[in-house]
Amino acid sequence: MSGLTGLSLGEARAGLAARRFSARELTEAYIAAMVRARALNAFITETPERALAMAAASDARLARGEALPLDGIPLAVKDLFCTNGVLTTAASHILDGFTPPYESTVTEKLWAAGAVMLGKTNLDEFAMGSSNTTSHYGPVENPWRRPGDNRPLVPGGSSGGSAAAVAAHAALGATGTDTGGSIRQPASFCGVVGLKPTYGRCSRWGVVAYASSLDHPGPIARTVSDAAILLQAMAGHDWKDSTSAPLPVPDYEAALAEGVHGLKIGIPREYRAAAMPAEIEALWQQGAAWLRAAGAEPVEISLPMTKYTLPAYYIIAPAEASSNLARYDGVKFGLRIDGDTLEDMYELTRAAGFGAEVRRRVLIGTYVLSAGYYDAYYLKAQKVRHLIARDFAAAFAQVDCLLTPTAPSAAFAIGDHTDDPIAMYLNDVFTIPANLAGLPAMSVPAGLGAEGLPLGLQVIGRAFDEATVLRVGRALECAAQFGHRPTFLADEG
Amino acid sequence: MALDRDAVVHIASLARIRVADSELAALAAELTDIIEWVEQLAEVDTDGVAPMTSVAATRLSMREDAVTDGDCRDAILGNAPRTAKGFFAVPKVIE
Repeated sequence: MSGLTGLSLGEARAGLAARRFSARELTEAYIAAMVRARALNAFITETPERALAMAAASDARLARGEALPLDGIPLAVKDLFCTNGVLTTAASHILDGFTPPYESTVTEKLWAAGAVMLGKTNLDEFAMGSSNTTSHYGPVENPWRRPGDNRPLVPGGSSGGSAAAVAAHAALGATGTDTGGSIRQPASFCGVVGLKPTYGRCSRWGVVAYASSLDHPGPIARTVSDAAILLQAMAGHDWKDSTSAPLPVPDYEAALAEGVHGLKIGIPREYRAAAMPAEIEALWQQGAAWLRAAGAEPVEISLPMTKYTLPAYYIIAPAEASSNLARYDGVKFGLRIDGDTLEDMYELTRAAGFGAEVRRRVLIGTYVLSAGYYDAYYLKAQKVRHLIARDFAAAFAQVDCLLTPTAPSAAFAIGDHTDDPIAMYLNDVFTIPANLAGLPAMSVPAGLGAEGLPLGLQVIGRAFDEATVLRVGRALECAAQFGHRPTFLADEG
Repeated sequence: MALDRDAVVHIASLARIRVADSELAALAAELTDIIEWVEQLAEVDTDGVAPMTSVAATRLSMREDAVTDGDCRDAILGNAPRTAKGFFAVPKVIE
């Protein structure tokens, strides 16, 4: 049956419920699409046999009239989520051959809701990067190219494989994780929707840790409504994650119907200072005009600490990473390089197993936590983080949501910025603040730039108010009517 | 603050990552750039501001003190590069 991979998640769910096609047919269509999309290098591991077995179970439930919320929906999983019995790499050489004997809470919830696992997607090594070029398994290609220019572009990062797979129709949706923009920036670069929920909304249990106080699992999808459906299944309290919020999960799909009439939308003036390209400034203003036309009220607000969010992040995240990555020592799992002594074995294993960006962040983190420097760097950054969170609290006393661009540029060519770490870090200038404050934030495709590549707008909401973020995102989606297609689509024919 | 070669050797040793001598100069320059860039935080007045360790306002929850997991030694050892008699094996550390 052709045309199946062109359906949105909502449409596929309706088609399955009406028995217009089976979960097996839908899954087979996606397995074929995943194979056609191999040149993108979006998947590290394909799991077609598991997918077909899961689809068979979905078909049995559908036949009995006992369909689960995501029955038969083929999804890709960022290879940072541990999956029981399936290779989990974090795109790092140091996790060679690691096959978890347990399942992450988020993926467990997706399978319990009937979803089908297509495979594990590529990412920047340990989720450290904004281009998906630090992966041990090679870079991912963005399915978009500039018109008349055949150079491959980055999909963004770190959830680059997930965003590329969803954009190319090689998966109906995907999981991502976002520590400084790793769901939203690739979503913007690939022309799809990416939602980073509130810290504590989706469990981090079983997700390979990068920076624990900043890591957020969330969905990547083709539409805002699809993102709402996926978040519904992924969210909820988990006693296995001590930072998981013991709060009820509202009905996100139902909330979408509410619209944005009367909402106040904050426009943070400091975001303009960051040498923004004119086309992104114009798109941002267009977004505010769309929301005004939909009945919301844009209001200029101030986030005075904006300038300091990137430097604060590049102390806190590496510090947490240096601590989290201490476990990779050649003893319990993954790569081991033998040495004469235990110390030799540790040092040789970690030298061979970590790539350049991971090594850089572990060394920075070790430095800012080391004796004599802890107060000046790490403690100072944690205090600044407090001030950044206060900025947002003050803003949300006046407005219901914030509207900003997602990223300061469209996708760039593979290889660009790789020799200048700080230039690469600047990709996340608009996304990192919501990680430091733990707030829900979503990127929605809003238009094409002058190069013919997608650009996203970001909506940031109050803690645990993903519903309002989704409503505003839906209003942007309706106004933008982003019907553009990437250069490569994995659909049949 | 600039990091010199000795500082990089010290950090790399704390981080248990072997760095070749030939890489030290370039790595020192790269890390110095990043450290000097993050040092702009010194401009911010943080007197009387508490450090923020987590955005999660919830207190750690208590649960019943009961065994909920276990009996999975072989599953845990299954990923180890080397094991011996049901243990992780490492180079000899006691003479």
